[in-house]
Amino acid sequence: MKPAIELKDVHKSYGTQHVLRGVNLSIPEGKTTIIVGGSGQGKSQIIKHSLGLIRPDSGTVKVFDKDINAINKKQLKEVRTHFGVLFQNSALFDSMTVYDNVALPLRERTKFAEEKISDIVHEKLEMMDVVGSDDKYPAQISGGMKKRVGLARAIVLDPKIIFFDEPTTGLDVEKSNEIYRAFFRTQAQLQYTAVIVSHDVPKIFKLADYVSLLFDGVMQGCITPEEFQLSENPAIKSFVRETMGELYSSEVEGLL
Amino acid sequence: MMKVFERLGSSALLQFNEIGRMGIFLFYSFLSIVRPPYKPGPVIKQMYVIGSKSVFVILFTGVFTGMVLGLQGYHTLSKVGAEGVLGSFVSLGLIRELGPVLSALMVTGRAGSAMCAEIGIMRISEQIDALDCMAIDPHKYVIAPKFIAGIISMPLLTAIFDVMGIFGGYLVGVKLLGGNEGSFFTSMYNNVGAEDIYMGLMKPLCFGVLIIWISSAKGFYVHMTKGGGFGAEGVSGVTTSAVVLSSVAILLFDFFLTSILI
Repeated sequence: MKPAIELKDVHKSYGTQHVLRGVNLSIPEGKTTIIVGGSGQGKSQIIKHSLGLIRPDSGTVKVFDKDINAINKKQLKEVRTHFGVLFQNSALFDSMTVYDNVALPLRERTKFAEEKISDIVHEKLEMMDVVGSDDKYPAQISGGMKKRVGLARAIVLDPKIIFFDEPTTGLDVEKSNEIYRAFFRTQAQLQYTAVIVSHDVPKIFKLADYVSLLFDGVMQGCITPEEFQLSENPAIKSFVRETMGELYSSEVEGLL
Repeated sequence: MMKVFERLGSSALLQFNEIGRMGIFLFYSFLSIVRPPYKPGPVIKQMYVIGSKSVFVILFTGVFTGMVLGLQGYHTLSKVGAEGVLGSFVSLGLIRELGPVLSALMVTGRAGSAMCAEIGIMRISEQIDALDCMAIDPHKYVIAPKFIAGIISMPLLTAIFDVMGIFGGYLVGVKLLGGNEGSFFTSMYNNVGAEDIYMGLMKPLCFGVLIIWISSAKGFYVHMTKGGGFGAEGVSGVTTSAVVLSSVAILLFDFFLTSILI
């Protein structure tokens, strides 16, 4: 299958800390790929490298076959028009209302009239179940709603790839489920490639087409959730045991 | 001994790194000013933040600076029997020197610090990264309107400061101490020339660029600050350093600009 994003032998160090030690990852187009791993392993670094926010010390990062570190600023901007990002803390503009946050990409990147912008913004906000909060500021809405507004902003230009950096961190079960439902709805409708960095194992496996583990600065496979849970790879096996605990044996039995 | 050299070298490299970064920042900021599209809305908003909101402090400091100049000038000039030139003493001092420098220092304290903190918070809360990811140039969207507003607002604020200062000098020198009103204004008309006004407008223009450049760049690169530029402490650290550096830069550049323009 054609990869939307491809990282080859990516290395990145911060001072003496060697975070990525030769990452190889191929993210298939139109599918949902989940990146899991322990805290501080550098999972978010994979997203930031893919977005071109961080340059690797060595190795290549290709998006739709373009090496994003070998192209100029204008070309990188062009590549980024295909991206939508839901940041860990939502990264909403705190001095703008919910409506203006979602409208911003349309105002800055298109020449649509304000009426059309209003229609698109309301359509996306309704898709996210955020109704009647147009004039509220990010500080006036709940964490779950912030995430949904962030997702509305990420999909407002119908991007081809959406990155989710820890989309449910800090949310309770109910709010997490709201985000997952919003994800299901939007992906079914827009058919985008999703890259999700998450801690929410095993629930997140239900969303996944492929799962990859970042361990010790190296990606361990990019396989289906079922294969991941049954993998004999010692790093994956240990991760599955630690994160799924008691569920592990019953899930394995179920899969067998 | 080697450790000392290593530290010195590392510190020098960091300084060069920061100077380079600031230079690139200025280059991209100017590039984004000249590149279309041109949207007046954000510039007007920034002119309100940098300009209008600073008017009160400029009025206040302007009138009191003029009053002090009038007081000091009258007593000094009367010692040599030259109190008749008080008008030119006050106006030249304000237009050529005190107006531009004090206005710039006021704007640094009021608007520069706020700007640095605002951009710093945008950086640490990933709002700048979000702009990048949405293919919206942060230089064009966040920085360019501030630069344009700073360049337009600073000379206007300085002009207000000068007028209020001259009024303050007149109030003390003529109305309070009894100086001659006619000679106050005549000496001002006779001695203030176009070159003085030119200097008085060129300086705030340059100071405007300096203030916005230093304040914005410090906030923009808060995450690259030596010794951990994260969180509220990181933002407060760069805000302090932006105010200090801008103030020192204003005084340094004032000397160089005066040497060139005099």
